[in-house]
Amino acid sequence: MGEHNRYALQLVDVEKRFAKKRGEYVNALNGVSLEVGRGEVVGILGPNGSGKSTLVRVLSTLILPDKGEARIFGIDAIHNPRAAQRMMNRVSVEASFFKKLSAWENLLYGSKFYGVTSSEAKPKIQSILAGMGFDLKRSTEPMEHLSRGMQQKIALARALLTSPMLMLLDEPTTGLDPRSKKDVQAVVRRIREEHDASILLCTHDMDEAEQLCDRVGIIVDGRIVELDEPNALKRRYQVDGHLPNLEEVFMAATGSSFEEAEANEDEEVAA
Amino acid sequence: MHQTMRLPRANWLTEIIAAWGFIQRNYYLTKRYFMWEIVWFFYTTASAMSIGFIGVGVEETGKAPGGADLTTYLLIGAMLWSYLSMLFDILSETVSWERWEGTIEYTFMSPASRATHLIGTSIYAVIYGLIRAVVMFLIIALFFDLEVSGANYPAAFAILAICSVSLVGFGMCAAVMPLLSPEKGQQVTMIFGSTLLLISGVYYPVEVLPSWMQALAKVSPVTYALEGVRAALLDGAPLTSLWSSIWPLLIMGAVCIPLGLWVFHLGERYAKRTGRLKRSG
Repeated sequence: MGEHNRYALQLVDVEKRFAKKRGEYVNALNGVSLEVGRGEVVGILGPNGSGKSTLVRVLSTLILPDKGEARIFGIDAIHNPRAAQRMMNRVSVEASFFKKLSAWENLLYGSKFYGVTSSEAKPKIQSILAGMGFDLKRSTEPMEHLSRGMQQKIALARALLTSPMLMLLDEPTTGLDPRSKKDVQAVVRRIREEHDASILLCTHDMDEAEQLCDRVGIIVDGRIVELDEPNALKRRYQVDGHLPNLEEVFMAATGSSFEEAEANEDEEVAA
Repeated sequence: MHQTMRLPRANWLTEIIAAWGFIQRNYYLTKRYFMWEIVWFFYTTASAMSIGFIGVGVEETGKAPGGADLTTYLLIGAMLWSYLSMLFDILSETVSWERWEGTIEYTFMSPASRATHLIGTSIYAVIYGLIRAVVMFLIIALFFDLEVSGANYPAAFAILAICSVSLVGFGMCAAVMPLLSPEKGQQVTMIFGSTLLLISGVYYPVEVLPSWMQALAKVSPVTYALEGVRAALLDGAPLTSLWSSIWPLLIMGAVCIPLGLWVFHLGERYAKRTGRLKRSG
């Protein structure tokens, strides 16, 4: 196995900035380097506007970085995107669907983009939705009739249908009610156990990151300032024998609380 | 705390203030959607000019060109425009729709090539447009006494098929606009569509247009499609005699599809460089 193939994904010194007003730029990613091993779940914790979504979009081939490398299972995702796209899928905070179409219709057409025929997709959809505890009768209703939690399950099903080796989850539980959140988190656990997929999970939910991830990174101002196993991070920042929680680790690593960092990022984005 | 007491107002005055509120609201809306105001102004002006040119055409000859029945001439134009404009619109509207719904990101991150994406959408538009045009023709034939007894339908369909290719290319070029900006892009494509309607001789011969518009008509595939289809349906012209309509359409088709794919590719790269694919609206 080559050096590159050891990893499900590799980012090397990725930079991306966006124009705001005349002559002004916002640096969304500032030299981000990151590796996710095969079968590993890595969480990226960060406030709104810290660069999490840009990171996922660069990996998804939806944003071209200004500098750096992005590899998916050793494939250069910037210069050979189609080969990389076959290996991954993404679930974002917004479950983007044609809202007037049913879940079933959305899943059927979407899977064809990955070469999955209707006859292959139909039993798979039934099995995936049943496994998520999704009432199959509701799969023929328009998406707009489904709750946010249900829509997010359909978004996960859409990704799973294409049998991705790498799942990019961009705040999949943000805005969900507690029960839906638990359901979606359970699905993520099962993806890992049953589908043997590598996962990059971007979130601003500390508990979610701790529960689901092998390693957790902290991103602020487009920089990954820490990346390690949750317990190792806690040990690194323990003071006087007190083992901090991830919130306290975040404060110690960044010098501000999560809420403060979020407020700062929001101000910068609005400016 | 100092509070000023508001004197009771007469009912009529309250109503006038409220009416002013509605005027103000709609003024703000007009300002906010000013680009749409321009689009609708352009569209209605183009429609009014089209009607004017119909009149000029009838005044000059007393009837439709070639002595054809005027009603049949106009209805063929209307049906053809309905089909051809649909090809053009479906592509750009689908991209617009995908942008509003946010599904464009999922389309773009799938391994399906852009040619497959755009040509797949176009094939649907052609099939749907043809079925719709045939149904429309049958319904219109029930209401009007169309003079198409000697029509050469296979030749008319052949011309439509050839023209569809170049219209698909035009549609791909236009679809890049909503890709970059869903609202403004749709506005530009409407102006583009209205211009094609005005210059291509849908309801009148292009000869009645001012010379600068006639020059524009020469680069519109719709002009040649209308000439060819009208000759086939009104005069029963065989395909072999329609070469003057066919060769410009073949050239435009050969140029427009690769051009459309290239323009869309450039638009996609720009959108990915500037982060414009994210759902807005």
